[in-house]
Amino acid sequence: MNAIATIALLASAMLAGCGAKHEETPHRAPSAPVLVSAPDQIDPLRRGVPIDAEATPPAMARVENFDRVRPVNYEKQPPTIPHSIDNYQLTRNTNRCMLCHTQSNAQTFHAPPVSPAHYATRDGTILEEISPRRYFCVQCHVVQTDAQPLIANLYEGLNTTIPKGSAR
Amino acid sequence: MTTRRDFIRASAVGAAASAASMAVPARFVEALAAPPPEVKWSKAPCRFCGTGCGVQVAVQGNRVVATHGDAEAEVNRGLNCVKGYFLSKIMYGADRLTTPLLRKKDGRYAKDGQFEPVSWDEAFDVMAAQFKRVLRAKGGAGIGMAGSGQWTVWEGYAANKLMKAGFRSNHIDPNARHCMASAVTGFMRTFGMDEPMGCYDDFEAADAFVLWGSNMAEMHPILWTRVTDRRLSHDHVKVAVLSTFEHRSFELADIPIIFKPQTDLAILNYIANHIIRSGRVNEDFVREHVRFKRGNDDIGYGLRPDHPLELAAAHAKDPTGSTDVDFEAFKAFVEPYTLEYAAELSGVEQGWLEHLAELYADPAIKVMSLWTMGFNQHTRGTWANNMVYNLHLLTGKIATPGNSPFSLTGQPSACGTAREVGTFSHRLPADLVVTDPAHRKHAEEIWRVPHGVIVDKVGYHIVEQNRMLKDGQLNAYWVMANNNMQAAANLGNEGYPGYRNPENFIVVSDPYPTVTAQAADLILPTAMWVEKEGAYGNAERRTQFWHQLVKAPGEARSDLWQLMEFSKRFTTDECWPAELLDAHPEYRGKTLFDVLYRNGKVDRFGPGEVEAGYANDEAAAFGFYPQKGLFEEYAEFGRGHGHDLAPFDAYHAARGIRWPVVDGKETLWRYREGTDPYVKKGTGWQFYGNQDGRAVIWALPYEPPAESPDAEFDMWLSTGRVLEHWHSGSMTMRVPELYKAFPSAVVFMNPDDAKARGLKRGDEVRVISRRGEIRSRVETRGRNRMPAGLVFVPWFDAAQLINKATLDATCPISKQTDFKKCAVKVVMA
Repeated sequence: MNAIATIALLASAMLAGCGAKHEETPHRAPSAPVLVSAPDQIDPLRRGVPIDAEATPPAMARVENFDRVRPVNYEKQPPTIPHSIDNYQLTRNTNRCMLCHTQSNAQTFHAPPVSPAHYATRDGTILEEISPRRYFCVQCHVVQTDAQPLIANLYEGLNTTIPKGSAR
Repeated sequence: MTTRRDFIRASAVGAAASAASMAVPARFVEALAAPPPEVKWSKAPCRFCGTGCGVQVAVQGNRVVATHGDAEAEVNRGLNCVKGYFLSKIMYGADRLTTPLLRKKDGRYAKDGQFEPVSWDEAFDVMAAQFKRVLRAKGGAGIGMAGSGQWTVWEGYAANKLMKAGFRSNHIDPNARHCMASAVTGFMRTFGMDEPMGCYDDFEAADAFVLWGSNMAEMHPILWTRVTDRRLSHDHVKVAVLSTFEHRSFELADIPIIFKPQTDLAILNYIANHIIRSGRVNEDFVREHVRFKRGNDDIGYGLRPDHPLELAAAHAKDPTGSTDVDFEAFKAFVEPYTLEYAAELSGVEQGWLEHLAELYADPAIKVMSLWTMGFNQHTRGTWANNMVYNLHLLTGKIATPGNSPFSLTGQPSACGTAREVGTFSHRLPADLVVTDPAHRKHAEEIWRVPHGVIVDKVGYHIVEQNRMLKDGQLNAYWVMANNNMQAAANLGNEGYPGYRNPENFIVVSDPYPTVTAQAADLILPTAMWVEKEGAYGNAERRTQFWHQLVKAPGEARSDLWQLMEFSKRFTTDECWPAELLDAHPEYRGKTLFDVLYRNGKVDRFGPGEVEAGYANDEAAAFGFYPQKGLFEEYAEFGRGHGHDLAPFDAYHAARGIRWPVVDGKETLWRYREGTDPYVKKGTGWQFYGNQDGRAVIWALPYEPPAESPDAEFDMWLSTGRVLEHWHSGSMTMRVPELYKAFPSAVVFMNPDDAKARGLKRGDEVRVISRRGEIRSRVETRGRNRMPAGLVFVPWFDAAQLINKATLDATCPISKQTDFKKCAVKVVMA
């Protein structure tokens, strides 16, 4: 097959290419850098500290532990976890989250049950227990600390404004 | 509430009713004005990792208002990870850059000036003048570009042309160098051809999964759902997880292995030895499809050439060298890697190592090996890749469903753009290289530029670019779609000084003001994700397209527009030598834009061919459909050569297609008869990247790391990511939910190590290496359990630039930095 021969030819040449050196450049002392002055800081994530300086990090944020369900931004957004999950066992043998959030137990523990979608497999079969593909809850659901965001986010949700008079 | 219900039905067809109620912002409840604009849903791949999940994006009145997992996307079938679920917010950080910013003093550009807003015209005027200053002094040799595995396919392709053909500089390299260069060189040395032979369908077929230095639970969560699904649904399935510390992927592990840094090499050779000694070599496969090589050892650590470690290394100047050997020689080579030796070196109990070895040795077990940065960010990263292929080749467990050595990818288009388009300093599209005259000629023909335009030397790789900026060799530098000031190792000594070198002019294109932008002289505001039409290629060779869905804010423009528009400011006379133009006078006086993009190919599709209902700002600006023209020109490189891509329009219709696409069909398992159309009937397997159709088993030793803890710097430092943040955090740190989930980097530390230093959880500490230091806080709990003697610091936090401490040692073959191993001390601040 001609194509294969071509590929092989290209590949063998390529291997040789991997180690090839570029032109040697003479080594010399660098010029003194022009430093960026402290007031001219544009990256808010740096918290105002120049790149070549170090600052005291903020105190460790605490996980919000209110047990009040937070609103979601849009359908299918996984709700954030409104309580601490310290020491929750989540292994292939134990899932502490599902003790309360499984549909059959949710009422007993006053916990929101996971949505029906969590019982569907990759092929759409509905199971009695949570689908194995959804087993590790924290891949989608995360706790929230009390840290205040450094930058506002201007996202706006769905505009569901209903024109006056047309509702109901 | 009929209206609301109707509206939801109309806007989210097929969406199952959710238990969660929709939050309606208060301002909408009160403002009862015009009817809400229509909502349109479109497909797109996720902006984050190399998994390549499909998402559905809801757009209402030029704003993304919602996203969710695409139920029709084969990769993720409706699921996203927490980052993916918050894609809707990544474009809306309040500090989006909306105008170019130039350092000025007294109304003029000044290296020591302050950033001031300027027009695109002024920005490009100053930038072109600076690039021309360097061109006059040094030619293309003084111009460099740091690109990205987050570039769309056509952006990378356009950049490659501009640099390699336009400016005649091969000093273009993507941040993907930090991410999977070792995977590339591993593939090339073993198979002669880049990228995995298998695909994600292997997840549903494997009996065992082995994670070699990959925390998939956090870094590839959706692929981890597929591993979890397989493991929990099938009792016989086993999961082995190897790492230097215990992380979330261990929650699923049947075989948990914590090994001492660097000793994965010894474990790999032990397994090869175990397979041979227990008589489980697949002899037929090895005889027909494999040959053996002994690689050069003692190859140094990719540091500056005058570093003592380089001077002491026997093969620092020839790391890729090798000699042909046979099976018997290989057998003898791995013989010292006994169970006892591997256990002693790695600190792993013998029983676990035997269990692990049996997953490969037992012919009845279909095994999938998975790895990312644990292997790739390794001073012997290329070797580690070669050595895991050894195990699959000795046993013939390769290229069939479930038998799959699978290199995972960190960036959304590390495969699609960095590798396939060839934006590395040594590469051209479709695995071609700049050092081969035939390859250069082929590329020049496709690009319709004169022979001799492409320079025949390998350019500076991204680590070397920082060194050359510092040394004043590279003087005009364009950084696109990456945050390399934060990402590259040894920031204080090899990163920052080069950007602030007064001889240099540094341009950074980014949607947000990152630390890299902070260190620049000119910042260009950039359109991101669905603000432009795009294409990404994921880790399983799946190419995925999306349409422009919204307009970028203010004057932000796509990388593609920036590259093409900037090229208009240069003529061939300014960039190419006189001899070349004398020989090809028809190119004289033309702009680079004319030569590279208005070449009769890139400009051959009109703006009218953009799918109805979608905007395309670049087609509007240039008067032709550049994405389609660039893609079709690029596809010429691979069609008929094992890299076949489908026609452009097919990708807008499909949820991605895996190359090679032959006769309209995608390829799931390459190199295997029956599933790969390039493999001849009757051969079984053909590793056709190599001329003889054979894959190479490499005899390579264990060698120590570049730096290990000692009496003063007494701990290992490993860096990496966390689930909630993607890479340098420039997008995810601006999403409130993700920020609040993990707001600051911490030092994950063993409680006994903390106690021994008088530290407790939350204490402020200094993490100090020979190169630099950061201030952080101690974390002794949480998601990671650290062994004694090793700390882990994630690098997403711009306020804690851990790369001040890391060492810029690389794999000498791949030039990829080892971000997982250096020596530090941790002291109370």
